[in-house]
Amino acid sequence: MKISMQEARDRIPQRDIILETTVRLMVPFIQLYGLYVIVHGHYSPGGGFQGGVVLGASVILLALAFGLPASKEYLTEGTDIIMANVGALIFTGIAALCALLGGMFLDYSVLTKILPIDPISWRSHGIFLVEVGVGMGVMTIMVSIYWDMASAGRLDEGL
Amino acid sequence: MIWQLDLVLLILVVFCAVAAITVKDLLSATIIFSAYSFLMCLLWAEMGAVDVAFTEATVGAGVSTIFFIAAIFRTTRRSKD
Repeated sequence: MKISMQEARDRIPQRDIILETTVRLMVPFIQLYGLYVIVHGHYSPGGGFQGGVVLGASVILLALAFGLPASKEYLTEGTDIIMANVGALIFTGIAALCALLGGMFLDYSVLTKILPIDPISWRSHGIFLVEVGVGMGVMTIMVSIYWDMASAGRLDEGL
Repeated sequence: MIWQLDLVLLILVVFCAVAAITVKDLLSATIIFSAYSFLMCLLWAEMGAVDVAFTEATVGAGVSTIFFIAAIFRTTRRSKD
């Protein structure tokens, strides 16, 4: 039986115990996997962007199963905005710091002037710091794109 | 690289792409586009570009499908103007 979009939208959202239990069990593992992808990004496929998308998808999954207001209790709007801006600031801040210390943009080896470890390991750890920033930004922006699209910008109720 | 697997995946990709732009229903087009993204992800992984395949699987098959469905649920069957 095919239902129209209008009928689907007018349906009262019903709580389904199978759906909610499944999502409640899955979300921690999805988030652990996203964190693994971010922190292991410079040794294996993955990185800040992919890990951030996986983390954002876990919050979107919460919003799909429990409704948009429940996901806004989990990750509040203020936290979302602050995390997005801090993520962008971490990326550009580290890049600009490298340039200010006399190196190239995103040339992590000059950060030895701040914390004296050898330049080779600074290159590895600098990539990690930048990817944490990228992950934070991508996660929060994915969640807020979903919030805005699902509620037509009003952020009151989702799908 | 296994060229037989490449050929099968490419035929399926072309089939999905043609189906996604010819089907009338927007929701069906979204789901077929998700299948297209997943097949492209398999193709990237098979050709050795694992990083691109990962991005395709997370963004193409995962999040963009949800965005499309969220946008479609805000449309109406007939335009009002």
